[in-house]
Amino acid sequence: MEIVKPISQYLAVMILSPLLPGVINRVKAFFAGRQGPPLLQLYYDLYKLFNKTPVYSRTTTWVFRAGPVAGVAALVTALAVLPFAGRPSFLAFDGDFIFIIYLLGLARFATVLAALDTGSAFEGMGSSREMQFAVFSEPAFFLGLAALARITGHTSLPGMFAALTGDTWRAAAPVLALLTVSFFIVLLAENSRVPADDPNTHLELTMIHEAMALDHSGPDLGYILYGASLKLWLFGSLIGSMLLPHSGSWACDCGLFVLLMLCVAVGVGLVESVMARLRLINVPYMLITAFAFSALALIFQMGRPVKG
Amino acid sequence: MIKSLLLLPLASGVMAFLMRGDAPRRQLLLWTARLHFLLTALVIYTRLASGEQAEVSAWFGYDSLGVFFLGITSLLFLGASHYAVAYLASEKRDPGEDFGDGSIFTNAPEAVFTGCLLLFLASMTAVTASRHMGLLWASVEATTLLSAPLIYFHRHRRSLEATWKYLLICSVGIALALMGNLFLGAAGLKTGAGLDVGGLLAKAALLDKPLLKAAFLFLFVGYGTKMGISPFHTWLPDAHSEAPAVVSALLSGALLNCAFLGILRANAVCARAGLADFTGGILVIFGLFSLVTAALFMLGQRDYKRMLAYSSIEHMGILALGAGLGGGALFASMLGALSHSLTKAGLFFTSGSVLASEKTKRISEVSGLWRRAPRTAALWLAGFFLITGMPPSGIFLSKFLILKEAIALKDYWLAGAYLFFLALLFAGMARVFIGMTFGERAAKPGEKPYAEPGGMLAPAAAFFICVILAGLFIPGWLNALMKAAALNAAGGI
Amino acid sequence: MHTFAELTIVFIVLLDLSLAVAGSLSYCIKLVALQGVVAGLLPLLAASGAPHARAVLFAAVIVGLKGAVFPWLLMRARDKSGARKDVEPLISYPASILLCLGAFVAASWLGSRLPLPETHVAWIVPASLATIFTGFLLITTRSKAISQVLGYLVIENGIYIFGLALFVEQPMMVELAILLDVFVAVFVMGIAIFHISREFDHIDTAELSELNDWRRGEYGK
Repeated sequence: MEIVKPISQYLAVMILSPLLPGVINRVKAFFAGRQGPPLLQLYYDLYKLFNKTPVYSRTTTWVFRAGPVAGVAALVTALAVLPFAGRPSFLAFDGDFIFIIYLLGLARFATVLAALDTGSAFEGMGSSREMQFAVFSEPAFFLGLAALARITGHTSLPGMFAALTGDTWRAAAPVLALLTVSFFIVLLAENSRVPADDPNTHLELTMIHEAMALDHSGPDLGYILYGASLKLWLFGSLIGSMLLPHSGSWACDCGLFVLLMLCVAVGVGLVESVMARLRLINVPYMLITAFAFSALALIFQMGRPVKG
Repeated sequence: MIKSLLLLPLASGVMAFLMRGDAPRRQLLLWTARLHFLLTALVIYTRLASGEQAEVSAWFGYDSLGVFFLGITSLLFLGASHYAVAYLASEKRDPGEDFGDGSIFTNAPEAVFTGCLLLFLASMTAVTASRHMGLLWASVEATTLLSAPLIYFHRHRRSLEATWKYLLICSVGIALALMGNLFLGAAGLKTGAGLDVGGLLAKAALLDKPLLKAAFLFLFVGYGTKMGISPFHTWLPDAHSEAPAVVSALLSGALLNCAFLGILRANAVCARAGLADFTGGILVIFGLFSLVTAALFMLGQRDYKRMLAYSSIEHMGILALGAGLGGGALFASMLGALSHSLTKAGLFFTSGSVLASEKTKRISEVSGLWRRAPRTAALWLAGFFLITGMPPSGIFLSKFLILKEAIALKDYWLAGAYLFFLALLFAGMARVFIGMTFGERAAKPGEKPYAEPGGMLAPAAAFFICVILAGLFIPGWLNALMKAAALNAAGGI
Repeated sequence: MHTFAELTIVFIVLLDLSLAVAGSLSYCIKLVALQGVVAGLLPLLAASGAPHARAVLFAAVIVGLKGAVFPWLLMRARDKSGARKDVEPLISYPASILLCLGAFVAASWLGSRLPLPETHVAWIVPASLATIFTGFLLITTRSKAISQVLGYLVIENGIYIFGLALFVEQPMMVELAILLDVFVAVFVMGIAIFHISREFDHIDTAELSELNDWRRGEYGK
């Protein structure tokens, strides 16, 4: 019986995550005074793409074909580790937060390699930018998780988030607030949202993440889109788990958690509606800010006695 | 009496700002200085006669150390006020011409100059009278702020640059001394010693040692910046070279001593708490380093006012060295403070006359001074012998006593280095002074004969005579006062 | 209430960081003013129970001075000097922020090493030391004269917070004397900035380099 809960959590993630981009788009449309695409648009797109035959350029090799699959596989594995509503998943183990960071790195690596394999100038440019920003966002993310581990005294993600009760918040509110902000900035950058990147841009010169997916088609593009929505879920659920009040009942927590995830999506949509995209050279500043927040949180945490 | 001592220059300073006529304002300056000196003499007399502290409140009061530095300040200001009156009169006749690029500049209004001068005196009096470390800090910072307009008397670019550096470096430096005060307060938190000098001395043994060390370090760096201890001295040559001679004299002779007083107060508390070795080590290292810096910069010097400024750094180094060695050297330090103040002020006064005669501050452009201005040249040369410590002079005595103490402590390396750098400084300064005084003089076209203003030279001559007398014979009362001051500086009550 | 005081401390550190990256002079002036106000209110937040009338009065003086008078003086100096509106740092912004963070790490280490009395508000000592360092950073790596005054004020804020951390309660008279000094310092520096801008047509202190020991004599030529 105990295995059912993690499995159903996992399935829920797999099914629900394409909903988030839909929510974001609806929020943006609302603020722009438009009708907007249907909430389930991404599901339709995925269905359409998986029924198509991919087209491959003759200059590409197996690396190009492997990229999207490897990327989505890494994220699917990562989500198997990630806790859901503060409840452990079936793959959780001590120190798994480092595992997750490496899985994310692997996904990025696969995508970038695939993009470079096309030999196109735009994709090369996109890859270069993606890697450059990763240099700033990964340390921010890593330090943030390390600070979280330090606060809670656990090294597994489920342990950390299970320990994040109201008491922890009362004791370490400033640190946790800093971390939440830092994670949110990392979320925006990692998922190529405004103000780091514009997912709707049509100009290849200004693209970052989209530029890398230009040559993919059919199921491959579907994998990439699905992978992106999984990644959004992954980062969103970190924030959601941090803010989640623990009520004790599984069903209640899960419901709240899904609601929180939708709220995060609405938040992202809000940010996209009110902010313009940053100039490319200013994006690292934004990420350095996130890094500074995470570092501060860690330093602050080191300054106080370790809990239990 | 302390109240009137503090209020007199304050009131006169405010009045000077409000007065319209130049002549009565100059008289005000003169008479304030004279009255201040008289009051100071009275304070010294009562101090020596009764032997007890004249305490008016928890804030102000005089121990021997404070009285001694008050005496130096007041005497110096008396001379400076006489010089200033003669100087202001001559400044009115010549509109300023920038020696560098020949552009014409204006001077600050005389009311501002005189007013700031008097307020500067008030703040220095407050420094010497402060019995509370917090108040001492506030007074020292006030001296910075009130003397900044004095440096910017000649309104040209270089003096402005010097003023800015002075303001910023000293303010930031003094801010560190504030940190020191906080550490000092924290060190005595458990014992309730507060920040009042008497309380700190009484409870010195109970103070928290590591915090006290931190406090001394910060206070040393803070007040050391103001005092011109190398490597925090960078504002000093600029400010001294660009300010009018009378202001340079006051900065060098009175202000640096006031900052030294701050360090000595911290030293007294630490020594009483049993940290004399720690503070002594720091004072000796930085004192010697100042000597080295001064010697090196003296060798390539091209500007004679800057040279005098580096000589001040040298002497501040010697004072710190003496204070660090302790014992008899502390007494030598007191004597050195007095003699250096008088000699350096005299030299700066003379430099003002040299500048008025030659219209340049560059050493290479002055030679054969004795042909054009014989009295100035004689004082210039006399000042050189006195400042480098030729006997008989108070400076010789103080330098010698410090050397003796170093040898008595079997610190031969220190003694050797001390002698070596003194010799280097002597050589560096001899080149400048002798080259400027003697030698052929090429008459510049259109040069008017130079009438040496007696009012500008008399104070210098008087000061030099005092220093020579101090080298020959120290009166009993002065000896007692300096001994008591040295005792205070080492933590005695 | 201590959580609230801690939040304030975090806020002060964040202000330090934003000062390290802030590009416009007026923004910097506002940040420093805000920091001064927050620091001035800190003793009221950290105190347990109802604050004394003396503390309230003093906080009011600080808030008025740092929150209103100083920014006004500095804004005036900025407008009168007609300076370009950005701070023109000598090092890049990321370098500034990394230096700031490094300072905070060092300050935390130092704060844990110093044998200071136990404080009940966490991080107050590291935060004050970091603030002081930020002030030094502003003074040394910004070329505008106004930034240097701002740096001085930030150092002053840091020292004020440090004093709170050590519980060193100076008598009212001394505190007021210190405040008066700071006020006069800002006032005099403001006047000096005005003169510098008139004399040099800029307030770039990196170009105030006529006075030194080695190139003496070349001036004006």
